[in-house]
Amino acid sequence: MGMTMSQKILAAHAGLDEVKAGQLIEAKLDLVLGNDITTPVAINEFERCGATGVFDTERVALVMDHFTPNKDIKAAEQTKKVRTFARKYDVLNYFDVGEMGIEHALLPEKGLVGPGDLVIGADSHTCTYGALGAFSTGVGSTDMAAGMATGKAWFKVPTAIKVNLTGTLPDFVSGKDVILHLIGLIGVDGALYQSLEFTGEGVAALNIDDRLCIANMAIEAGAKNGIFPVDEVTMEYCQNRFKRKPVKYEADADAEYDRVVDIDLSTLRPTVAFPHLPENTRPIDEVGKIKIDQAVIGSCTNGRISDLRVAADILRGRKVARDVRCIIFPGTQQIYLDALQEGLIEVFVKAGAVVSTPTCGPCLGGHMGILAKGERAISTTNRNFVGRMGHVESEVYLSSPAVAAASAVTGFITDPAKI
Amino acid sequence: MKVQGFVHKYGDNVDTDVIIPARYLNTSSHKELAAHCMEDIDKDFVSKVKPGDIIVARKNFGCGSSREHAPIAIKASGVSCVIASSFARIFYRNAINIGLAILECDEAVQQIQAGDELSVDFSTGVITDLTTKKTFQAEPFPPFIQNIIEKGGLLNSISDRLHQ
Repeated sequence: MGMTMSQKILAAHAGLDEVKAGQLIEAKLDLVLGNDITTPVAINEFERCGATGVFDTERVALVMDHFTPNKDIKAAEQTKKVRTFARKYDVLNYFDVGEMGIEHALLPEKGLVGPGDLVIGADSHTCTYGALGAFSTGVGSTDMAAGMATGKAWFKVPTAIKVNLTGTLPDFVSGKDVILHLIGLIGVDGALYQSLEFTGEGVAALNIDDRLCIANMAIEAGAKNGIFPVDEVTMEYCQNRFKRKPVKYEADADAEYDRVVDIDLSTLRPTVAFPHLPENTRPIDEVGKIKIDQAVIGSCTNGRISDLRVAADILRGRKVARDVRCIIFPGTQQIYLDALQEGLIEVFVKAGAVVSTPTCGPCLGGHMGILAKGERAISTTNRNFVGRMGHVESEVYLSSPAVAAASAVTGFITDPAKI
Repeated sequence: MKVQGFVHKYGDNVDTDVIIPARYLNTSSHKELAAHCMEDIDKDFVSKVKPGDIIVARKNFGCGSSREHAPIAIKASGVSCVIASSFARIFYRNAINIGLAILECDEAVQQIQAGDELSVDFSTGVITDLTTKKTFQAEPFPPFIQNIIEKGGLLNSISDRLHQ
């Protein structure tokens, strides 16, 4: 029996020639990640178990992104705790205000993750790095603590769903629409405990930002990881960036999948997920007239430069509608700088949008754009759970940057082709 | 190991944002987290819950964010066990790692009602509804996971092993 791409990476890191679905293995980690919310809990566990150092000072990444710049005194205390830990144990990849970005935009950009890696992170969207051909999955703080101490983690080898992509994306349709469409098809637990392995001729036409966006939301279908094959697009992105040697794994021709889902990219429409689950998707043509109070463009899902370019193309020379707050947050300092040099920031400010420093803040209702009772947001983030961005009676609609920018202009959820 | 308590019942896809909203994640204090447990899905939970009580929910319990604060808040609020039709995988792993007992048993979830009194035996996986006198069989944990739960979490069980 052949192995899936995910299984091959797990086998290699466990020192095994072969693994089978359901097998429990212990595997070596290439990187362990935490943020300002999950790391303090991990530090408590790390110190309680008597660890005296991290397994490798270059292979732990601590990114202060959720409540930073510190939103209150308690948040400041949490970052301080992580900063002290990083300095005490000589953690080289500690990123604070000024250097930080949203972790899942930052780590690929810095070349800290790449093809063939096995990565765990105490953040559910750690699955993002599957876009680069890594096995990468979210865990909790205790697993992070054990990973920092030992450089290892245990895994149950997953089965997989094969997502076969064909065709190319039409105008105004992006990676975000692909993943929302898929979650709409299979549901928020459609890939529970499984890998989502993206493959097919359609992959080649997806740029790296689209792939990162798609892999990022694998968790919203319950998946353990999402993964893309390594091709020229991946290698070009990783060149002069990825600090280790890329290793290319491919699924065996006779690998077994629980299910195959076919998606013809050319048939997709801009897609919106209605409250309060990412699976409540509708094509833009069936959305109806929905008034919004806020448009949020950014996050680990859609805060990359190509996302900002799409938003700027729509906002250029236009104005954000009255009574709509349009908040744009680039994923990293580098993306911010690129946007500045390309003139995108000027476009946003002239349109009446605000541009924030990189932060997870508004996505999880932390700070920088909280919703009041009864308010609605269109957002390029990844979750629209009850109370996710603020009051328990507020609503979040998930979309691509194109839909969010078009909606900011009209004040209603809008097809970007129609403004 | 056995626990006994009254049932708080919820539906499908209870996510970790409603279990412990992000606005309270600026602390890792178990007591503070417990004070806001389930706040956005059941604002009366904190005042109703008693030590030993049991949460029963439908499919995909604990989906969303990987925040370990979610099982911590549940455990610190006194809940002895969560029974669901299925669990989201990160929550499942986190719950075991911090020593919160969880069991998958769809049949039990279908039949147990809010307010019922349950007895749960982790070594056999038997769930007894003392109110209706029905019993249900869940897959029991293997001994190493029972040991983690009895010791109160993964790192406790590791440091116990190291000191033996």
